[in-house]
Amino acid sequence: MDFALTDEQRQLQREVRGFLAANYPLDRDWDAPPDDRWQELAELGWLGGAELSFVEEAILFEESGYALYPGPFLVAVGFVLPFLGDAEREALAAGEVRWSAEDRGLVPWLDSVDMVVDMDGNAQPARGELLPTVDPTRPLGRLERTNGIPLPGHRDVARARAAMAAEAVGVAQRALELGVEHAKTREQFGKKIGVYQAVSHQLADTYADVELARSLAYWAAWCVAEEDEQARLAAAAAKAFATEAAVRACERSIQVHGGIGFTWEHPLHRYYKRALWLEGFGKRPAELRAEIADALLGVAVPA
Amino acid sequence: MNLRDTAEEAAFRAELHAWLDSNLPDDRRGWRGGEQRFGDEFGREWSRKLYEAGYAGLTWPKEYGGAGAPYSFQAIFYEEMARAQAPAHVGVIGLGMAGPTIMAHGTDELKQAHLAKILSAEEIWCQGFSEPDAGSDLAAARTRAELRGDVYVVNGQKVWSSFAHIADYCILVTLSDPDAPRYHGLTYLIVDMHAPGVEVRPLRQITGEAEFNEIFFTDVEVPVSNRLGDEGGGWQVAMTTLLHERGTLGFALTAALDVGVGRLLETARDRVDGDGAVRERVAAEWIELQALRYTNYRSLGTYQRTGIPGPEGSAIKLRWSEQNQRLTKLGRELLGPEGILDDGWWHYQQLRSRGNTIEAGTSEVLRNIVAERVLGLPRSR
Repeated sequence: MDFALTDEQRQLQREVRGFLAANYPLDRDWDAPPDDRWQELAELGWLGGAELSFVEEAILFEESGYALYPGPFLVAVGFVLPFLGDAEREALAAGEVRWSAEDRGLVPWLDSVDMVVDMDGNAQPARGELLPTVDPTRPLGRLERTNGIPLPGHRDVARARAAMAAEAVGVAQRALELGVEHAKTREQFGKKIGVYQAVSHQLADTYADVELARSLAYWAAWCVAEEDEQARLAAAAAKAFATEAAVRACERSIQVHGGIGFTWEHPLHRYYKRALWLEGFGKRPAELRAEIADALLGVAVPA
Repeated sequence: MNLRDTAEEAAFRAELHAWLDSNLPDDRRGWRGGEQRFGDEFGREWSRKLYEAGYAGLTWPKEYGGAGAPYSFQAIFYEEMARAQAPAHVGVIGLGMAGPTIMAHGTDELKQAHLAKILSAEEIWCQGFSEPDAGSDLAAARTRAELRGDVYVVNGQKVWSSFAHIADYCILVTLSDPDAPRYHGLTYLIVDMHAPGVEVRPLRQITGEAEFNEIFFTDVEVPVSNRLGDEGGGWQVAMTTLLHERGTLGFALTAALDVGVGRLLETARDRVDGDGAVRERVAAEWIELQALRYTNYRSLGTYQRTGIPGPEGSAIKLRWSEQNQRLTKLGRELLGPEGILDDGWWHYQQLRSRGNTIEAGTSEVLRNIVAERVLGLPRSR
């Protein structure tokens, strides 16, 4: 057993981190309409062109959470790919056709994609009513249904959940780092506030949360990549744990930041909103735990 | 990244699995821990069996009687022992702490005298670090060691020492120079627990049992040749001990949790029907166990490469202890009114778990370690 990233995977991680940091810095103009640089992602091979394993794709999701990347990468690669045939995959990889997928009647980024995979696994043109969400970079839409065209693939729930878990880990990691940076520099009562254990212990708890979440996310990613029989359980566990960890990480970081953490001006609330979106989209943590309980204890028989 | 066993790991796992099946009687499985570890003669017998089969000191170098195996084998060992609900080797302090410290800092004579006997459970060891006024703050140790000729004369008191009442030797942190600056006046000794002047008093704890002891030293003579490291260099030696305590500890802890979560699922299958809230809490404990398990795997990678346990070990111990408290409380709660009966597994485990956030580094100290050494926050002291 060896649960460490390979040298190539670490190299990929550095490249992704570098690309996203250069294009999506913390001091970006957050309220301007974002450029998702979709064509550049296609050229980098991230839209399926490089034929990455799902463990490597999990690295991309984690980094996209860390940088708060604004485009529909999560749905295109995390949700849609398993539905598609070769021709559709090629067009997606080339950045020519932008896809999203319907989940529980809702379609992320309905306004910025061309095609949607509906609940029945059919391809539909992306049309319908747009609903803003807590995360302004991630609107949802209600699909206006046509008959649709059947797609050759299938829905891969574990893959989608593992992707959201990985992204949540990146969000949590960044919220932790922001909190640590603040605690190291901000002074009150003549000392750096990180000296006070009421502050530092919250950050230590976040660290433990993030490490545990990352372990689950990579376990789930490996199971998905290997089509392991535990993939479904692992991904449910990872999504439940990592998205809750991300929400908590942001909440603690806001608290550690004090007043500035509560302002629109500071980027923390953007991370918090991404975390809330990830926690709320698809099955929520409590529902996932109920699903896991069914697997562990047998399906509940009502009294 | 590969979570499957290598061919060698799989072979080792299969062999160990079969060995446990044929050597561990069914009525010796599922020990609850605590006093049973010392009181029952089977503990030593079983430890000797483990040794004879080559399972004691798996990661110790071959020259010291170990198997020279990679750390992943030690991890597999803990996993399979948990699966079989097998009692642990009774010499945990010797195997995990005293032995590696002797290997790092001991003379050839000390290695010759002790290492093989630690493996075979002929010698039981205990740890004399904590004192009534030096708990988390080890550098404040006040147990005096005065050099007189070729012996140190030791006077003082240690506390929270597991195994002391059955131990043959103690690894002891003493103050040899009260005038030296902090960290520089400590000396690390090996003390014969059968020597004149050593008195052990068991400490009855919250469970009613006595796993820990106080040790009183009155003019105990310790040969200079029993010193590990330099006089005044005890702090560095003590850090070696604590580092090794952390090594694959995460796997040992998770193995114990694995047994606990397994029992929780059993109890829940018997007792919980449609109570969604309880089912969800059970699932949450299963998830946390997996999170700890795979965090162990991740830190094992670092440990295999560097030989030094990473600081994430502190986070694992922290979360393990909190989970064990939650889990055992839930197990007891599932029993309904029977949970307050004074005879059950959950009753005992729940009370015992209150020590988990105090022993081997309090949660407060562990959070400080994470904050300062991992996150780089300014020191709080």
